Amino acid sequence: MYSQGLIGADGSTVETEEFLEAFQKRVDAEQKIEPNDPMPEGYRRTLVRQISQHAHSEIVGMLPEGNWITRAPTLRRKAALLAKVQDEGGHGLYLYSAAETLGVSREELTDQLLTGAAKYSSIFNYPALTWADIGAIGWLVDGAAIMNQIALCRCSYGPYSRAMIRICKEESFHQRQGYEILLTLCRGTDAQKKMAQEAVNRIWWPALMMFGPHDSASTHSDQSMHWKIKRFSNDNLRDKFVNATVPQAEYLGLTVPDPNLKWNEEKQGYDYSDIDWDEFWRVVKGDGICNRDRIKARQKAHREGAWVREAALAFAEKRAGAADAARTAAE
Amino acid sequence: MVDNNLLFQYLLRLGDDQQILSQRLSEWCGHAPTLEEDLALANIALDLLGQARSLYTYAGEVEGAGRDEDQLAFLRYENEYTNALIVERPNGDFAHTITRQLFYSVYMDLHWNALLSSKDETVRAIAAKAVKEVDYHVRHAAEWVIRLGQGTEESHQRMVEALEEFAIYTGELFEMDDLAQQMFKAGVGVDLTLLRPEWEQQIAAVLGEAGLRMPEVNWMQTGGRSGEHTEHLGHLLCELQYMQRAYPGMTW
Repeated sequence: MYSQGLIGADGSTVETEEFLEAFQKRVDAEQKIEPNDPMPEGYRRTLVRQISQHAHSEIVGMLPEGNWITRAPTLRRKAALLAKVQDEGGHGLYLYSAAETLGVSREELTDQLLTGAAKYSSIFNYPALTWADIGAIGWLVDGAAIMNQIALCRCSYGPYSRAMIRICKEESFHQRQGYEILLTLCRGTDAQKKMAQEAVNRIWWPALMMFGPHDSASTHSDQSMHWKIKRFSNDNLRDKFVNATVPQAEYLGLTVPDPNLKWNEEKQGYDYSDIDWDEFWRVVKGDGICNRDRIKARQKAHREGAWVREAALAFAEKRAGAADAARTAAE
Repeated sequence: MVDNNLLFQYLLRLGDDQQILSQRLSEWCGHAPTLEEDLALANIALDLLGQARSLYTYAGEVEGAGRDEDQLAFLRYENEYTNALIVERPNGDFAHTITRQLFYSVYMDLHWNALLSSKDETVRAIAAKAVKEVDYHVRHAAEWVIRLGQGTEESHQRMVEALEEFAIYTGELFEMDDLAQQMFKAGVGVDLTLLRPEWEQQIAAVLGEAGLRMPEVNWMQTGGRSGEHTEHLGHLLCELQYMQRAYPGMTW
């Protein structure tokens, strides 16, 4: 899954004009920036922030879906969901590794998540209440994530771009899986259709929020676009998502919960209501229904796993010590 | 000629072991001590789930009553599940989960390897796939047992407690009740008692390297094979069966 439009990154730099110009020239020439290349501090900081938000989102994103693994309705669905959540953990791993190429450690980043200093995608602060939510999350949340991530495959930072290419392949599989869950429900009984519609009602707006604030309110978008960290604006991607998704909802026979949704012939796209930005900011700031539970769950896993990590470290040190001693004895 | 009803019961038993342990392991997903372990435990849970699916599907065919993997996996009463008690025990801390994994994976490694020469072709095919998977499960558990046994005082102590808790459930794995004996005689199943010395040796070797040892056990708990479970299975089934019970007869 994915982190929403970047919030609160400070991209300010103090490098000389010449340095910045030379850097910009490389970016403009579509040369990938690699870990050991010189880069403006602001570029590095923005990327660390963005990649780690993205990694944290994958990790926290394991929780709402993980909540349904033990209750999946069939063995086939359980296997697919377990594999999906496992993929998300894998995405988290690549992304932490990509962030580490910029000189931060996974431990530091994890600390930032656990103390609330780092953000993750607000979508995961909404609950997964029924089995249909697993379908709707796959279809809409992974769908929105793909919209963002396809664009990030061309990000100027090499390791992030390459991680995105790999992640996108898995995400599109997840999205089809989610859609197929809903399709099965929509062809099922009235109770199943109702379950599907209610899940879409819950997840539609939070999915649109995943693209972040309006371009006019997105503080650091310009600099990120200039550096080609971001390739498309938040509103642009959100429109693309709505245009792609509404026909899919029609095929399912589900209603998009927006009375103002209407095809606009002139712009060849849908008009839709404005997002409830009060809700958006409230959830970003920590008052969504699941914010506290999500962080508590991560803190608990971290705290209860501390002795395991300490033991692994102590064991590795003993092994290394024994190997050193053996080498010294042999010399 | 193998009695189909006995073969059916035997396949369910094997399937239940894998399914219930898979369910337990998947409870860890998102809550493990490291991200790598989140992935590893989910991976093992997936392998076990795959094995359970093959076994249930084949059991349904053998039964010939039109029941598919899901009807067998989800729609039986508690006392109709015949998994060993060890797999239904709660996860406890990571030392508990890993101890159970070591005991169980070494047992299944020997068991699947022996089933490679089963007279039943489908059982052989399922075993051939499973032996490759369980090899990793054994290595994963053994490495962790050694790490935790030798790691810190705390991890060592937690391992001692975990061994204490699970040792009493290991005897049941090697029991030869009437069904097991008949399946062995028919050439489908395995004489489990023959696996035990090798199991004990392998466990002792891993524990030895970890600086741990198998606790002395005066009484081995038993009951799972005849549907007499611990109090924990009912709760596990509440979750497992929730959707199928709440929305009966629907397609998912």
